[in-house]
Amino acid sequence: MIRENQKRYRFDWIIIIVYLLLVGFGYLNIMSASHTGEITNYFDMNQSYGKQLVFIGLSIVLIVLILSFEAKFYERFSSIIYIVAILSLLGLFIFGKDINGARSWYGIGSMTIQPSEFAKFATALAVAKHISDIQTNLKTIKDQLKAVALIFLPALLILLQNDAGSTLVYGAFFFVFYREGLQQIYVLIGFSLIFLAVLALKFGITITVLSTAIIIFGLYFLKRKKRTSLLQPIAILLIATVFAYGVKLFYNHGLKPHQQNRISLWLRLEKDPAKLELMKKREAYNLIQSEEAISSGGFAGKGFMQGIRTTGKFVPEQDTDYIFSTVGEEWGFLGSSFVVILFIILIVRILYLSEQQKSQFSRVYGYGVASILFVHFTINIGMVMGLIPTVGIPLPFFSYGGSGLWSFTILLFIFIKLDSNKINEW
Amino acid sequence: MRKLLLLSLVIIVGIAFISRLYYLQVYESKTYNPLEDTAIRKEFTYPKRGYVYDRNGELLVANQPSYDVMVIPREVEPLDTLEFCSLLKITKQDFIKTYNKAKNYSPRLPYVFLSNLSKDDYAVLQEKMRKYDGFYIQKRSIRTYRKTIGANVLGDIGEVNQTIINNDAYYGKGDLIGKQGVEKTYEKTLRGIKGIKFIQKDRFNREIGPFEGGANDTIAQPGKDITITIDSKLQEYGELLMTNKRGGIIAIEPSSGEILAMVSGPTYNPNLLVGRDRSKNFSKLYNDSLSQPLFDRGLQAMYPPGSPFKTINALIGLQEGVVDTNDTFRCSMGFNYGNRKMGCHAHRSPANMNLGIYESCNAYFANVYLKIMNKYDSSAKSMDVWSNHVRSFGLGNYLGNDLSVGQPGKIPTSNTYNRAHGQGKWYPTFTISNAIGQGEVLATPIQLANMAATIGNRGYYYTPHIIKEIENDTIPSKYTTPNYTTIDKQHFEPVVQGMFDVYNKGTAKYVKVPGIEICGKTGTAENFAIIDSVKTQLTDHSIFVAFAPKDNPKIAIAVFIENGYFGSRFAGKMASLMIEKYLKNEISRTDLENFVLKHSLEHEYQKPYSGAPFKINRETTLEIIPEEEFEALKYLKAKIDGK
Repeated sequence: MIRENQKRYRFDWIIIIVYLLLVGFGYLNIMSASHTGEITNYFDMNQSYGKQLVFIGLSIVLIVLILSFEAKFYERFSSIIYIVAILSLLGLFIFGKDINGARSWYGIGSMTIQPSEFAKFATALAVAKHISDIQTNLKTIKDQLKAVALIFLPALLILLQNDAGSTLVYGAFFFVFYREGLQQIYVLIGFSLIFLAVLALKFGITITVLSTAIIIFGLYFLKRKKRTSLLQPIAILLIATVFAYGVKLFYNHGLKPHQQNRISLWLRLEKDPAKLELMKKREAYNLIQSEEAISSGGFAGKGFMQGIRTTGKFVPEQDTDYIFSTVGEEWGFLGSSFVVILFIILIVRILYLSEQQKSQFSRVYGYGVASILFVHFTINIGMVMGLIPTVGIPLPFFSYGGSGLWSFTILLFIFIKLDSNKINEW
Repeated sequence: MRKLLLLSLVIIVGIAFISRLYYLQVYESKTYNPLEDTAIRKEFTYPKRGYVYDRNGELLVANQPSYDVMVIPREVEPLDTLEFCSLLKITKQDFIKTYNKAKNYSPRLPYVFLSNLSKDDYAVLQEKMRKYDGFYIQKRSIRTYRKTIGANVLGDIGEVNQTIINNDAYYGKGDLIGKQGVEKTYEKTLRGIKGIKFIQKDRFNREIGPFEGGANDTIAQPGKDITITIDSKLQEYGELLMTNKRGGIIAIEPSSGEILAMVSGPTYNPNLLVGRDRSKNFSKLYNDSLSQPLFDRGLQAMYPPGSPFKTINALIGLQEGVVDTNDTFRCSMGFNYGNRKMGCHAHRSPANMNLGIYESCNAYFANVYLKIMNKYDSSAKSMDVWSNHVRSFGLGNYLGNDLSVGQPGKIPTSNTYNRAHGQGKWYPTFTISNAIGQGEVLATPIQLANMAATIGNRGYYYTPHIIKEIENDTIPSKYTTPNYTTIDKQHFEPVVQGMFDVYNKGTAKYVKVPGIEICGKTGTAENFAIIDSVKTQLTDHSIFVAFAPKDNPKIAIAVFIENGYFGSRFAGKMASLMIEKYLKNEISRTDLENFVLKHSLEHEYQKPYSGAPFKINRETTLEIIPEEEFEALKYLKAKIDGK
């Protein structure tokens, strides 16, 4: 105990300040996006802003709790936390509650809890634990498979609950794996496949295969020395062709119509003006309204609670997934850039601190945190501004919702706790 | 290396996002205008349109309420449709059809269910309205014409078309705008400025409150009342005289340029162009290509002015010094030039200026005209000097008045003939018809009235105008500054005397009015129509210009009666009657009045379309209207006199 008291903690105030700014600014925007008429009671439990204030209050309690635990606790109990998370996801199939077609919530009274949010930090802990194990070597197939299994399990369960957006987030861990030794070729393959998929959807299979062939054989013939047999490039081309077909097939038959439409919108695949007009009223409605709201904000914005599209509720889901359009309309270019920069500072700071960790567990965990935040940030804001297809995931610390806020708070503050402990490690 | 992948991706995404934001919010964003924002409903409050009064303060145009039945389909509760339909005087099919239309338009928004309800229907409906949820009555304001006169003067208002909306940001769909007459020229004064309320709406188009607390809202500014220069009694009398005739009468007050009456025949009841039947009635008037009631003959019809134009030539002759009032010219039933002859009628010969004017001698003016044309070395130079003098009377160009329509008329210059014959290849005799107001000279009745006013003023005129007063405003200064002619004042007296003698002993001696010194000039203008691609001469137009009294004239007038034959047959009589009506407010020459009222020229207008051969001028007979119609006109006359 005496030794314990002698421990010194140095919390990273930069992250904490950025966190507070994001949560506070987020709260203001939720207030704007959800209020109807005059706000008389800030704690009105029938309003999003009232509830969010409570969620924020509870987050402070959570933070105190998280920081008060011993840093080693998270490493030791990571497996148990992971198992609890998986069980809670499994439990959804029995006790879950359907909201908007996804079976992702537990209903407790009037409150709902979304375990998939909490599964994120649990998985991050488990992955950190696995990779930091002295026996783990990510260069071996066996350990790679183990690591993938750790993220695949929650991802699969969430996908089965019809929450495709949250599933995508688990892809974030590949950044972690790569940092910790996964071969470069995987990254190359990964990006190539994404590129191929987009190419196949946008320009069709013939153009995709032809251009792939040109690149592959071009590279082959440019490589003067050590020319291997022609079999290798032919095999690659074959695989690429099959993949392209697979993507097309999956797009046409594997995806649900609304998912198809979102991709079709993003890649501007639909050419029929009549159908486009219809899409504008349905699939594209959200996006058009959101872009218009952001655009109408101009340089300095219309001011707090002055957004016409925001108060007119023109953008559906504006307090949750589309919260950034409120920022765009009411705070303009200045405010939205400010939010983007805050996120960049946050993620870069986490990455920087991660690299400084003495324990591999802390480093891997930190990387996991940064990757998850990065994916959320990129997909959410990219979607709201029409840069990537619509995927329904929240903007960390910003979007309305208790589960989300708490899970991101836990995710972040476990890292702050781990980081604060680094001076005690050796 | 491995450390850098995520880091660089973070930076790249950050830059991409900020660039996109810059594109959306700064580059692509325009200055914010709530008028163009689809998220804001613009609600307009329409101000009262200004009233129009005549010069004696009599109300001519006012507003009346009109009622529209509106529906908001979502709020409609089951109702007794049968009763409702009978109240609105529609069938159940109509009800269902309109209701479905409204529902398709929007279940949440008001829709005009039935427009322009009559006052009587409204009274009955109003009491029962509470029974019909979702329906309500909206009051609108439309025009009402207190007197059925001056349709061409007052004009009408109608809904703006897309072209106007595109060109003038003030107007929106469904707004009303002056289409003709005073309503058109004084649109901005009369309409006021509509108020605008910005109301924020949500995505279901429901109102959620004023935009920015109503900071941009404006209050409607009521339209200003105007007083026009028309004397409604005189106008009414003029229109009565014009019954069954086609033509124009313009009366001007010479000392101010104010238009006292502006009659165009045939005319129509201005109330036809108000309310629910406006477009139906308008098409009917518009498509009447034979009598063309929408064509304002006082302003738009360009006729050869005929003999009244001779007074101008006399003035120019005096000004240029080529003729003296005592110079005489022989007239042997006409004027011979080369192997051609310009005919004239029997009168004393030789003629001096006075006789020339009051007997309207063609030969006299042909001589004067030739003297003017031969004054300078070249015909072209003389022609331009002449043309310049004529134009100083407001002829040959737009007067620049405040009437919604107009025509420039035509006064030739040397260019006109250079183009026709080639430079230097024409001689004064080519243009000799100009001497007697035929040939290349065209003028509108208002230009001739203005010419008479100018002579009455002895050398200047005020631009004829219709505006007398604008509520809390002044009228443009161009209507209060005189325009001087190029003729010196002293030259007018002999011409005025000549015109006076027209009444005393000349061509108008039979239309003299006791107790009023009228100066006038008869005119008869040949005119042609093309019938089955043959140029056919029709009965001459009857023309008369006059002013009275001789000194300090109070009224100047021009009367044009299409195919009325010689000047004093119709136009002269009507001019005398109008002058007497205006100056004395009672008619002593009832014989003239009865003649004018009793005779119709409709048969004359039918001739070119009859397909049968017809006779003109001397060989025409006058058509007498049925006795009961004559009685009806006499009754109207009595009403004008207030008896």
